[in-house]
Amino acid sequence: MTSVESALHTEAARHLLSAYATGKPVAPIIEEFPGATIDDAYRIQQAQVADWVAGGDRIRGHKVGLASAAMQRQAGVDQPDYGHLTESMFFLDHEPIPAGTFLQPRIEPEIAFVLKRPLRGPGVTVAEAIAAVDFVLPALEIVDSRVRDWKISIVDTIADNASSGGVVLGSTPVSPHAVDLRLTGCVLYHGGRVAGTGAGGAVLGSPINSLVWLANTVGPLGIELESGHVVLPGSMTAAQPMAPGDTFSTTIAGIGTVTAVLGREES
Amino acid sequence: MDTAWDIGRVADTLLEAERSRTARTSLAEEWPDLDVERAYRAQDLALRRRHEQGETTVGIKLGLTSKAKQQQMKGTEPSVAWLTDAMELDGDRPIPHDSMIHPRAEPEIVFVMRDRLRGPGVTAASALAAVGSVVAGLEIIDSRFAGYGFTLPDAIADNNSSGVFATGPVVRSTEGLDLALEGCLLEVDGAVVDSAAGASVLGHPAQALAFAANQLARRGHAIEPGWLVLTGGMTNAVPVEPGARIAAHFTSLGSIVLSA
Repeated sequence: MTSVESALHTEAARHLLSAYATGKPVAPIIEEFPGATIDDAYRIQQAQVADWVAGGDRIRGHKVGLASAAMQRQAGVDQPDYGHLTESMFFLDHEPIPAGTFLQPRIEPEIAFVLKRPLRGPGVTVAEAIAAVDFVLPALEIVDSRVRDWKISIVDTIADNASSGGVVLGSTPVSPHAVDLRLTGCVLYHGGRVAGTGAGGAVLGSPINSLVWLANTVGPLGIELESGHVVLPGSMTAAQPMAPGDTFSTTIAGIGTVTAVLGREES
Repeated sequence: MDTAWDIGRVADTLLEAERSRTARTSLAEEWPDLDVERAYRAQDLALRRRHEQGETTVGIKLGLTSKAKQQQMKGTEPSVAWLTDAMELDGDRPIPHDSMIHPRAEPEIVFVMRDRLRGPGVTAASALAAVGSVVAGLEIIDSRFAGYGFTLPDAIADNNSSGVFATGPVVRSTEGLDLALEGCLLEVDGAVVDSAAGASVLGHPAQALAFAANQLARRGHAIEPGWLVLTGGMTNAVPVEPGARIAAHFTSLGSIVLSA
């Protein structure tokens, strides 16, 4: 990497970090930095994560995005991506999340993996990945975009930490041996209304495939999925917009229920 | 210009379009008086014509059971149409692509009725009490309207785009089965194209059954013992290309695989 490229990555990272700081979404990366590639985008993401860690935040896991046919259709892409989950992104079941936390949040139901053994690709198999999972939890991921109006290309979303926002984990750990991760059904409720349904296999054929993809994609970059880390494998439904005052819950058969509440705006 | 439309002509026109595999334009646009009530009368008349051809009624199917489809069709409620024995795919029979216009596949939860169910006043709970068993379903719909471009009365008169259907190998009691959470993966040529759970059908497939019983009562019919009730597409319908392999995998109702 030349110093010119490195400077570009730092500048693009600052561009996105300014959106967090001001609470105002910014122009797409591909408009501000034409010619940026997927490789550039991951470096821009890394630069922001480095900034957060330097500020005292800690990496607690990863998320895979754009993992379902529904999400890929919605975003107009044909491959998954990944982002980092840091300590400050985790919120509690049923506990209102302050309204100003996100810029333009959307919510997705997922089956979260919690690891008991590290996973390092390349070469991680489905068998190894299952053996490394301690338990699964029902989860709601709140995705967010620092890019104005969610006008994102694959490069924009990767640079923007795979459009990560927050995570709410349920509290009913289930062994991956106890549930059919591929065929289990999932319902996303907005208040009492069904906002979407899906099944585990919506995520790359099975959520475990997503964990394998992640381990094998980040491994060659020197990143290990650590014991205790949370991996969000991808959404089972299309993402639903979330507004202040909204309550969303998801019930996943055999796994449980989790509820995310976005607090009302202060008047 | 012949403007003498009536219910009989609507029924015959659509049956002929089905027989000759010829898609047509909206009937409701040609005959603005074709409202929902007349459309159901045309649908009932077409069923009598099928009976005259030797077909037997084996059940009913619901359409427009998802909010998205209801909004798309500007319909405020689901629609109910007829299934005959000629529509059932059994054994290894492939999807009869050559006799369909533009087939699309959608997975469904299917009730097999034990008791007669007659509205009004049927609730989801009383509807479930009349169910004998639950099986998986894969419906291959087909519309007699070009590009599936129809109004609500068009679709109702066209027997809810009925085509053919197959049921799954696993027969379950409703007892202990959470049908709202029954998951389903829809695959085309081995790739997952969509997924859903039973709640996508009016919140619970039993709601669809109750709706059908109450709606049919207004039309003078009951749901009879032994009938199949296809409760409505769980996912969006996906186009079925010639030679395609369509599979629906359910959490506890097994799998149905069809080739076209």
